[in-house]
Amino acid sequence: MFLAPALTALALFFALPVAFALALSFTDFDIYALGNWHFIQFVGLANYARILETPLFWTALRNTFYFVLAGGPLSVGVSLGTALMINSRLARFKPLFRTVYFLPVVTSLVAVAIVWRYLFHPAHGLLNYVLSWVGISPIDWLGNPDVAMPAIILLAVWKNFGYNMLIFIAGLQNIPDELYEASEIDGAGAWRQFTSITIPMLAPTTIFVVMITIIGYFQLFAEPYVMTQGGPLNSTMSIVLLMYEQGFRWWSMGYAAAIAFVLFAIILVFTLLQSAIQRRIQG
Amino acid sequence: MRRRIPAIALNIVLVFIAITTVTPVLWMVSASLMSPGEASSFPPSLLPKQPSLQHYEALVDRLHIVRYFLNSFVIAGAVTLISLFINSMAGFAFAKSRFRGRDRLFRVLLTAMVIPAQVTMLPLFLMLKTFGLVNTYVGAIIPGLASIFGIFLIRQFAYSIPDSLIEAARIDGASDFKVYRSIVLPLCRPILFTLALFTFMGTWNDFMWPLIIMSDDSMYTLPVAIANLMGEHTPDLELMMAGSVVTIVPVVVLFLAFQRHYVRGIMMGGVKE
Repeated sequence: MFLAPALTALALFFALPVAFALALSFTDFDIYALGNWHFIQFVGLANYARILETPLFWTALRNTFYFVLAGGPLSVGVSLGTALMINSRLARFKPLFRTVYFLPVVTSLVAVAIVWRYLFHPAHGLLNYVLSWVGISPIDWLGNPDVAMPAIILLAVWKNFGYNMLIFIAGLQNIPDELYEASEIDGAGAWRQFTSITIPMLAPTTIFVVMITIIGYFQLFAEPYVMTQGGPLNSTMSIVLLMYEQGFRWWSMGYAAAIAFVLFAIILVFTLLQSAIQRRIQG
Repeated sequence: MRRRIPAIALNIVLVFIAITTVTPVLWMVSASLMSPGEASSFPPSLLPKQPSLQHYEALVDRLHIVRYFLNSFVIAGAVTLISLFINSMAGFAFAKSRFRGRDRLFRVLLTAMVIPAQVTMLPLFLMLKTFGLVNTYVGAIIPGLASIFGIFLIRQFAYSIPDSLIEAARIDGASDFKVYRSIVLPLCRPILFTLALFTFMGTWNDFMWPLIIMSDDSMYTLPVAIANLMGEHTPDLELMMAGSVVTIVPVVVLFLAFQRHYVRGIMMGGVKE
């Protein structure tokens, strides 16, 4: 009874669309079908076959993996590093630092992507100006295919690290002080304590953080949409951006639905991998 | 004494990261107050020579920013109110009602969280188009009506309500709805507030769905409007910064005002297993 509204909403606007999307991915639903559904034809796995033959899909896949596998660990690393520093007994003004570090998380991604687009400007961007102090010559951040993705990763890490940092801080505070005290009596140094207490005790938190980061990072969309439109030379084209363009710009909705399911499959594989690792660690 | 140098080094690093973190935000505010062209000079100017609100005036007078602001506000507000009601009822049922298959159903929902929202967007658009809901507030609100994460948060919290309290009310003849209204809702107030903050800020910042469902300029939310402004004609940097400030300030103010409540949501979501 109390579940009825929630289950109805989830069934109608979540479960049903997922099933519908799967069906859609087996059709040639395009701009003509949008006008008149009689034009829809069942095409079996043709969309999936077409995906595999499209070089742009492979580019998008490679870019997305680049973003996830380089940006993900970097982001988690920065989160862990800042969490350890803030949690340290030596740190001052902890609440202030915590708030400041977290601030970018709540901002609108679109708005900060616009800000960073100007910060990355090769001629009068603040970033190149600061880098010039240490003798680095101007970098065409968003215009050079080799550095456009690193630039987007930089923005993503800046925007996100505060979130995981909070989760790490909570995890660190859950480690009983007695463990550290006991090891100190046994003569363990700071590094030894870190490797034999902090890291193992933090493992469940780390797995959780890595998992939500990976799932989130696979859905890269707004950053390239606002900053580069997938360019230059498709170097920042992501899977979701490709899906959006195919589905909502060219109205090849059958094809776009197939792309969406490939994304889902990838995320599913990573999630299963994570839970397998989790089971092994926890016994 | 031995600790002195590491302590200083550590705090310097913390300050350095803090500066890196806030600089883009502060520069945005500063550049939004500069006169046209001033922010794209070299070397970059950090503070406006003569602060002016002219770009904010332009946003209001020429670029309908008030309309976008209201669109964002109405959509985020409606999603927050409706979803809070729906999710709290479901969270209560999953925590305190006894029915067959309850825990299994809940596990199914949790598992379904793996499905990325993008999968649903194409069919949802087609469904809403069939019902004439493209370009409407209703269309923008629909995907946010119920959230599995919200149900999860409330369920975790409602668990801690003692069963005896609920039993006592039932013996006194209270209906399920009465129990929900006069016991569960008041006791869950902290988590409801947290979830309201999450939902409002999340919907305010949401980009992809409003981008898809709102095709008419007058229905854009703030993020869609400024992204569109950016794409159509590369406008003045200073004007874009003013637009970004308008988009960011409401959520930042909410966060700073209710930080503790917001952080609690992350902690509860983070200690999942």
